[in-house]
Amino acid sequence: MGFEIRRPQLLAARPSPASAAGEAPLFKRSSSREWEGRAARYFFFLCAALSIFTTVGIVVSLFSQALAFFGEVSVWEFLTGTRWSPILKPNSYGVLPLVGGTLLVSALAALVALPLGLGTAIFLAEYAPDRLRRVIKPVLEILAGIPTVVYGYFALTFVTPLLQIVFPDMIVFNALSAGLVMGIMIIPMVSSLSEDAMMAVPRSLRQAAYALGATRMEVSLRVVVPAALSGIVASFILAISRAIGETMLVTIAAGATPNLTWNPLDSIQAMTAYIVQVSLGEAAHGSLEYNTIFAVGLLLFMMTLLMSLLGQWVVHRWREEY
Amino acid sequence: MAAPPHTFDRKARFRRAQGVVFYFLFLGAVLVGIVGLVTLLVQILLQGVPWLSWHLLTDYPSRHPEQAGLRAAIFGTVWIMGLTAVLAVPIGVGAAVYLEEYAPRNWFTRILEINISNLAGVPSIVYGLLGLGLFVQIMSLGKTVLAGAMTLTLLVLPIVILASREAVRAVPSTYREAAYALGADQWQVVKGVVLPASAPGILTGTILAMSRAIGEAAPIVVISGLVYLTFVPASPLDRFTALPLQIFNWAARPQEGFRDLAAAGIIVLLVVLLSMNAVSILLRNRYQTKSEE
Repeated sequence: MGFEIRRPQLLAARPSPASAAGEAPLFKRSSSREWEGRAARYFFFLCAALSIFTTVGIVVSLFSQALAFFGEVSVWEFLTGTRWSPILKPNSYGVLPLVGGTLLVSALAALVALPLGLGTAIFLAEYAPDRLRRVIKPVLEILAGIPTVVYGYFALTFVTPLLQIVFPDMIVFNALSAGLVMGIMIIPMVSSLSEDAMMAVPRSLRQAAYALGATRMEVSLRVVVPAALSGIVASFILAISRAIGETMLVTIAAGATPNLTWNPLDSIQAMTAYIVQVSLGEAAHGSLEYNTIFAVGLLLFMMTLLMSLLGQWVVHRWREEY
Repeated sequence: MAAPPHTFDRKARFRRAQGVVFYFLFLGAVLVGIVGLVTLLVQILLQGVPWLSWHLLTDYPSRHPEQAGLRAAIFGTVWIMGLTAVLAVPIGVGAAVYLEEYAPRNWFTRILEINISNLAGVPSIVYGLLGLGLFVQIMSLGKTVLAGAMTLTLLVLPIVILASREAVRAVPSTYREAAYALGADQWQVVKGVVLPASAPGILTGTILAMSRAIGEAAPIVVISGLVYLTFVPASPLDRFTALPLQIFNWAARPQEGFRDLAAAGIIVLLVVLLSMNAVSILLRNRYQTKSEE
């Protein structure tokens, strides 16, 4: 390969009798090369350590400006208030309508994506012949690679008019359309991770079940799925966490009306959509309105971090070892 | 076990029927995803294709949909992606090499790994807020190309690191041992053996990470905010807009014309994305056949 063969180094690493006797060593490490190696090592370490700085940066930049917000609005009022009106007077800073909007859309998405994603994974892992799987998987990868702004456009201009045929009273911006499309969007996340988990289940378990006379469906649902449960649950958690943090789709299709409701036909505003709304406006740096997005962002970060940790805990705690 | 043959038979028939039903349920689940994808693509093509034209690529945005174009957005995206690649690739590969080749197995390495996988799960808009707080304000870079690129760099780093680690891990250890046997030190092994051998894998992973970044609108919205630009950024310290941001802006307008224009913009974005994916698949295939020789 591309490196030059230089003088042997191994001998120089130990003190040789010759140098102990005061003579010049036969082999000498070139000091510039040693320096280069050490510099490279430090560079690589710094690159890896940058990830720690990123996390610290996220926490510090969110906290510092959220603290300015919490100086004027109490944490209790923020977390338990049921009216969000940071711009229109009388101002009110209860974040629950935003959280409710996010959870409503995420719940709809989960309702679509969890069963369909799991079904897809079972089909791919247990039923599909190899050749079919090699066609379906890239198609699902495309689904996962489409930018979310495209899904937002699709929800607004195609799915919403379609739904309005069924629900004529439904307004243009609604949680249902955004939730359904988001469900389609996160199917590949559920299916690919669940499939990986199912493929990791040893063949001997399946063979044992078949030998007892089980049908393919019984093997899939009673042997493979329980054995892969930790991976499947982790994929569910990851997909829901992705839905909670999803931005452009809910901004385009779900509306900008902070609304504490469980009716999916209503217009709502998700936490992420609120951050976008303020970013597009002209809120002055340092104003209370400007600082609200950091408070909302901090809450969003904590929610997704909790989901990440929960996912890791599930994998760790429930893993079946074979 | 002692059940009379006919009851067993009836149960078997029921179970077989149940199996068929579930087969179709699972197949249906697959079809929903595929049908969704096809519908989405067809709908966008139907709406967007009539609006595709040369001036769409070369004109600045306008208040009239017939005259509006993507020039500022395309140049902005090229700037952002170029700078992001320049920043993210060395850092991401460096981190991957550290974790695979240098890192001792201790608590600190474990924290690094957990931290990187947690960062991969942070919503992109939170990265936008980080960029707004850290780059735009504290480092007072303003709402510039550089601030946007640095934000996207942090966003894609976990993906680049993950892909590069896999590529580095795939280098057979015999290569390293052969180099050590010839007297190379660790840095020479990394520089002369590990990096060249893993380069195709790193490249593939990097392209995929970039194709994720190119469609990201959320952090760009937070960093840049404005989208109506009638100039092309000339340096990293200019303001900018980007393709997904322009599409968002058009899609959010109530006029029909702009909505169709958004579809045309989406086609441009998807073409760029698909070509990036195609390049990475070509590279992967070429590399695979080569290593099997």
